[in-house]
Amino acid sequence: MNLRRDVFQAIADPTRRAILLLVATQAMTAGAIASNFDTARPTVSKHLAILTACELLQQEQNGREIYYHINARKMKEVADFIEPFRQMWDDRFNKLEAIMKNYKPKK
Amino acid sequence: MENRTKINAESGKQDLHIIREFELPVDLLFKAHEDPEIIEQWMGTHVLKLEGKKHGSWQYQTKNQEGKVMFQANGAIHEWIPNEKITRTFEMENMPFGVTLELITFEKLTDDTSRLHIHVIYESGDKRDQNLKMGMVQGINMAHDQLQTVAGKLK
Repeated sequence: MNLRRDVFQAIADPTRRAILLLVATQAMTAGAIASNFDTARPTVSKHLAILTACELLQQEQNGREIYYHINARKMKEVADFIEPFRQMWDDRFNKLEAIMKNYKPKK
Repeated sequence: MENRTKINAESGKQDLHIIREFELPVDLLFKAHEDPEIIEQWMGTHVLKLEGKKHGSWQYQTKNQEGKVMFQANGAIHEWIPNEKITRTFEMENMPFGVTLELITFEKLTDDTSRLHIHVIYESGDKRDQNLKMGMVQGINMAHDQLQTVAGKLK
């Protein structure tokens, strides 16, 4: 099994990225996560299962509740997490360059 | 056209470098950082305020289609030397990334080419990495349509 590819598939989904974003700041229960989405609870559960399976999320038992939190180590492993950041700036700069190549100073 | 933008982020450090060479004279490169109308076009965010001067301040804001504020950032300008350098702080509002110090240098290479170098210094190495990971998870580029759709679903 190509786990690395699975990780990228996991983060390719917008809802799963939104879940990671939510949980990044604080550990949350499945219910608390689901309450942030219009999607049906079982759909959110499915996303949580996928994120947990590829180890981007970890479960932690706290009393009767299970909390999900980000697995920072795994996130670090996600090959070169700088690349999307670079891509974002590259897109912006390409736009900047295109705009300024056509720039005519206002007289 | 590939990888024209370079990011250097050494592990364990609390800063990173964004470097890009442009097929533009340095004054046009600077203009793109100075003129709010042009900034809005390539950054995809609304410029609420930009005082290009020492002790000036700036504020950017992005709203989604429903008019909800999705991204707001602000900072102070410490240095503003046209065609050479901008030193400013950057803080994303309502996000746990802290404040960064940004040293933005504009360098003339030839009459028609120039280099932009953004040195970003974070409060800590962890904050830097967290920010980069958020870039992956979220994409700071709030203009991205897909993200707006997702974000719109968040309450």
